[in-house]
Amino acid sequence: MSGREPQTALAAAIEQNRRNERVTRAWLLAPALTIILAISILPLGITVVYSFLTPGTYGGVTWEFSTDSYVQFLFQRDIFDDSLVFNSAYVSIFLRSIGLALGATLGALILGFPTAYFIATKPREQRNIWLFLITLPFWTNLLIRTYAMLLIIRDEGIINIMLMKAGIISSPLTILYTDTAVFIGLIYSFLPFMVLPIYASLEKLDFSLVEAGYDLYANRLKVLFHVIVPLAKPGIVAGCILVFIPGLGAYITPELLGGGKKLMIGNMIAMQFGASRNWPFGSAAALILMALVILVLLANALAARRGASNNG
Amino acid sequence: MKTVLRLLATASAVAFASSAAMAAGELNVYNWGNYTSPEMIKKFEEKFDVKVNLDGYDSNEAMLAKVKAGDTGYDIVVPGDYMIKVMIGEGLLEEVKPNEMENFKNVDPNWVDVWWDPGRNYSIPYQWGTTSFTVDTAIYDGDIDTLALLFDPPEVLKGRINMLNDMNDVINAGLRYLGYGRCNGNQDELREVLALLSKAKPHWRTMDYAVIEKLTSKDVDISQSWNGAAMRARAQRPTLKYAYPKEGFTGWMDNVAVLKGAPNLDNAKLFINFMMDPENAGLTSNFARYANGILGSDKFMEPEMLSAPEIVMPASAPAPDFVTPCPQEVVDLYNKIWTQLKQ
Repeated sequence: MSGREPQTALAAAIEQNRRNERVTRAWLLAPALTIILAISILPLGITVVYSFLTPGTYGGVTWEFSTDSYVQFLFQRDIFDDSLVFNSAYVSIFLRSIGLALGATLGALILGFPTAYFIATKPREQRNIWLFLITLPFWTNLLIRTYAMLLIIRDEGIINIMLMKAGIISSPLTILYTDTAVFIGLIYSFLPFMVLPIYASLEKLDFSLVEAGYDLYANRLKVLFHVIVPLAKPGIVAGCILVFIPGLGAYITPELLGGGKKLMIGNMIAMQFGASRNWPFGSAAALILMALVILVLLANALAARRGASNNG
Repeated sequence: MKTVLRLLATASAVAFASSAAMAAGELNVYNWGNYTSPEMIKKFEEKFDVKVNLDGYDSNEAMLAKVKAGDTGYDIVVPGDYMIKVMIGEGLLEEVKPNEMENFKNVDPNWVDVWWDPGRNYSIPYQWGTTSFTVDTAIYDGDIDTLALLFDPPEVLKGRINMLNDMNDVINAGLRYLGYGRCNGNQDELREVLALLSKAKPHWRTMDYAVIEKLTSKDVDISQSWNGAAMRARAQRPTLKYAYPKEGFTGWMDNVAVLKGAPNLDNAKLFINFMMDPENAGLTSNFARYANGILGSDKFMEPEMLSAPEIVMPASAPAPDFVTPCPQEVVDLYNKIWTQLKQ
């Protein structure tokens, strides 16, 4: 009897302690949870709800359930007769955006990997200066940087004037307001997102492995693709994701450098909330874009898990 | 207890009255960006001892979306013609009866019985203008008064064209070029419009609202444009000439109106009356570079405004066409054409 009592008291104390801990934890979590709820879940919930409503006459929504927004994405009542036909317009807008984002990712990788390698192989005390130079453009607003790019590549811009003065070309190259201009702009804007993660991987690279490769009679290319790239893979994947996702939803760059003749996903969504007066369709298109992004992330997570289990 | 309650009531009444008195010193104006004369605002602030807060928007639709969301705190808005009609219909504007105010006698009678606010019970003229296009006559020296320059351009203008990135302005210009009516639900005619636009699009370099910048940077040599923007572009590129195409062009008017539930209703009414004073309308025109609808304001306008070819229409020009808001079925059709065009 006397032996059991302290034990129950102890158990009670532990229980009490645990309860206190739970309360404390709840309180400590509250700010984070509030923020997630208020600025992530709630707006997303509104978007989901709106995407299933009917457009109001002058913008806004009327509270009638409808799946039209999702149907509209793939099909349309034919412009001119009322049959339901496959509509490639929105799909081709999405495909163009995906193509541009993929192209920009590839371009950033081709430029970013050697840059990261260059920095990682510098003496330790110099690396910070190079990294500082890579992040320097972030001190300026994206809009202003894009506008500066516009001034550089326009018909009477720096590149064309220099090439013409040097006598290399006689009439200006038309770069601005083409897909090429959008590529250049996207690569320029997102290049640091590619360089930094790859650098982080390469920095940890054990260069004795590279030497071992050479000792085993591998040539430079073989060392690059069989030793360095596999070891830098986490950084490369992270960099590609960090460039592809914002590239997919890019709004300013295509608008300023692309000349506005072709719609991109971001511009198409913005239009639904303005002149098109179709908020539900804008919401649906935004959700479809998000679903695409989540698919990319899931594919990456799966690949990473498979890679991990293969290695293990 | 009773005395305490009474004290509290008095205190809160005093607090309420004083806050109301403070609010009487403010006016919240929501106008298009870069469209409000700072001089005019300063004059209003000094005359009535009211602090004016200014906020800006870039399209009628953006303004409507914000106002519809509710509780903006704005008193004054400056919607375009069709948007006034929409907002009256949606019950978003306060019926302030400008037509019973002291300065209403200055409003040009031509701008009183307008379709968007017959008799002017809700709104007054702010600025009005036209939407056509402007061409560099040093590049192209033929007849400019035809929409063929945009839809069937001569060789020198191919690839040198900017269109407004505006569904209605582009489709309306196409409808005029083909001689069809505006707000058109006729499917055969719209099919032709889509074919026309798709055929012309490869010749367009850009579709953008930044008209002045596109022209002065020499990115393009011809651009769809509002007349005031054309005048501002001409200041930097003197060979530009604003066209009055024989097929027709859009006319528009922006109007000052008061939002329903305006927190500073009395000041808003003062502002409406103030804006009908010729001197204040003149100040606004000197800044924004458009005509206003107030008689006698020319005395206060810069001389070059009074003779500018962008503002003074030649006698041979057709009358500007004020386009009414289109029914939703037509907007839906326009959307499809626009998406098809830009896919």
